[in-house]
Amino acid sequence: MRAGRNSILLVLSLPALLLVILPIVGLFWSAQLSRIGSYVCCGPVAEALTLSLTTSGITALLVILLGTPLAYWLAYGNFRGKRFFDTLIDLPVVLPPAVAGVALLMTFGRVGLIGKHLSAAGITIPFTTAAVVLAQSFVAGPFYIRQARVGFESVPRQLMMASLTMGASPLRTFFRVTAPLASHAILAGLVMAWARAVGEFGATLMFAGNLQGVTQTMPLAIYTSLESNPNAAIVLSVTLVATSFLVIIVTKFLLDTTNRASEPTAARP
Amino acid sequence: MRPIICGIVGIMLAMGAVAPDAANAGPALNVYGAASLKEFLQDSESAFEKNHPGVDVRVNLNSSSRLRIQIEQGAPADVFLSANTQCMDPLVEHNLTEDATIFAHNRLVVLTPRSNPAGIDSPGDLAQSSLKLVVAAPETPIGRYTLASINKMDSSGAFGTSFKAKVMSNVCSQEPTVKSVVAKVHLGEADAGISYVSDVSPAINAKVLMIGIPDDYNIVADYPVAVVSGSRAKTIGNAFVRFVLSPEGQKLLQKHGFIPARVQR
Repeated sequence: MRAGRNSILLVLSLPALLLVILPIVGLFWSAQLSRIGSYVCCGPVAEALTLSLTTSGITALLVILLGTPLAYWLAYGNFRGKRFFDTLIDLPVVLPPAVAGVALLMTFGRVGLIGKHLSAAGITIPFTTAAVVLAQSFVAGPFYIRQARVGFESVPRQLMMASLTMGASPLRTFFRVTAPLASHAILAGLVMAWARAVGEFGATLMFAGNLQGVTQTMPLAIYTSLESNPNAAIVLSVTLVATSFLVIIVTKFLLDTTNRASEPTAARP
Repeated sequence: MRPIICGIVGIMLAMGAVAPDAANAGPALNVYGAASLKEFLQDSESAFEKNHPGVDVRVNLNSSSRLRIQIEQGAPADVFLSANTQCMDPLVEHNLTEDATIFAHNRLVVLTPRSNPAGIDSPGDLAQSSLKLVVAAPETPIGRYTLASINKMDSSGAFGTSFKAKVMSNVCSQEPTVKSVVAKVHLGEADAGISYVSDVSPAINAKVLMIGIPDDYNIVADYPVAVVSGSRAKTIGNAFVRFVLSPEGQKLLQKHGFIPARVQR
C-alpha cells in the first residue's frame, strides 16, 4: 500500500510542481542559447550581473549581521509590544515593491524625512549603489529575520540553561549552542533573503534609479532590454535563473557539510 | 474547518459566476497609448464613451517601444497611438496595423523642481558639473528625442566644448517612461529632467519650473495613430481614430499641451 499512497501523493503534487517548473522550462525553451555568448559577454550585461551579485552579497551580509540580534530579541524577549513588533517586521514583505520604493524615497530621498538631514551633511542616497543595497535590505531583511527567529525559538531552553550553568558566557552559549542548533533555519532564511534581494526590481527602480554600472541590476537590465530586444531579455533572464540556482545550491551544499562537521554532541542522535 | 472551506469555495464560485457578466457590459476597445498621452487619453475615454454609450474604452499606457513589442507579440490591441513614427512604421510595414495618420506633435522642455536646487537657467546649464539629470531610457521615443536634441546642441558649437559628454556624465538614471522622469523631478530627487511640454499638466506645473529649448535645438515629435490589423473591434477602432482627428479631439490635445496636427479654423 506504501507504493499506492506515494503515487497518489505524486499525482496530487503534480499541478503545483508543474506550475513552478513550467514557466522556467518555457523560458529556457524560448531562449536562443546559441547566442548567449554575444549577449552576456558584452559590457552592460556583465556589469549588471556583477552589480547584482555584489549588491545582493552585501545585502546578505548586512541582513545576517543586523538581523540576527533582532531575531534573537524577538525569539527570547518577553515584553509587552512583542506581537506588534513581530507584525511590523513582516510589513516590508506585504508592501508592493513600488510602494516600498516610494516609502524609501519619502524617507531617504533628498527632501525625505531623514534624507533632508543627510543632504545637509552632503550625503545623498538615491541614484547610488548604496541605494540599491538599502532597497534590497528593506525588502529582503524580514525574510531572514522571520526564519532566524523561528530557528531560535526551536532551540530547547534547557540546553541553553545547561550551558550557562556550566559556566559558559551568554555569548559563548550563543555561538556554541544556540546558533548551531538554529543553523538550518538561519541558512534557509539567508538563502531566501538573498534570492529576494537578487530579484528586487520595483523598489530599486523607484529609489535607486536605472543607470548602467551604478544601479542597473540584472532585473532592471532585463526590463530595459525588453524595450528594444526581447530575445536578449530572454537570454538575460535565463542567465539570471541559472546563476541564482547555482549560487543557492552551492551555498546549501557547502554550509550543509560544514554544519554536519561542527554539530554539537548534544544534538547528534 | 470544513464549513469554512466550503464557504470560501462557494464565495469564489459565486464571484466567478458574476464576473463574466461584468465583462460583457458592452464592446471593449483596447487603446494602447504612449505614456505621454495619459491625461489626453483619460479625457478621450470619457468623451468617447459618452458619445458611444455601451462601449468600454480600456487604456493601456506604456512607452511606445514597449507597446510596439506587445503588439508584435499579439497583444489584443485595437488602436495604437505612438509617440514617434519609428515605433509605428515597422508595424505598418508588416501589416500589423492599418495605415497610420499623424494626429499630434510635441516638443521637448527642460524641467527642474520648483526650488531649482542646481540653478538651471538655460539648456546650456545641463553641462554644469555634479548635476543630477534624469532622462528617459534611450530606447523610448522621448529618450531618442532627448539624445537628438542634445546632439543638435552639441554640434551647434554654441554650448561650449564637449557639451554632450558633460551632459551625459550628469545622467544619474534612465527611466522607463517619461512620466517617471517627471516624477523624479517634481519629487525633488533630480536637479533636472527632459520631458515633453505636454507632460506639464496643471498639477505638475505647480511643482516644477519649465526651461524652454530654442526651436533650433528642439525636436518636433510626430505622434501617429493607427487601427491594429488583428483588432476585433475595427469599426469602433476607426470611430476612435476619427474622434482623435476631429476638432473635438484636436482641441483636447491642445488642452493637454500637444500641438494639434490639424489646424483649427
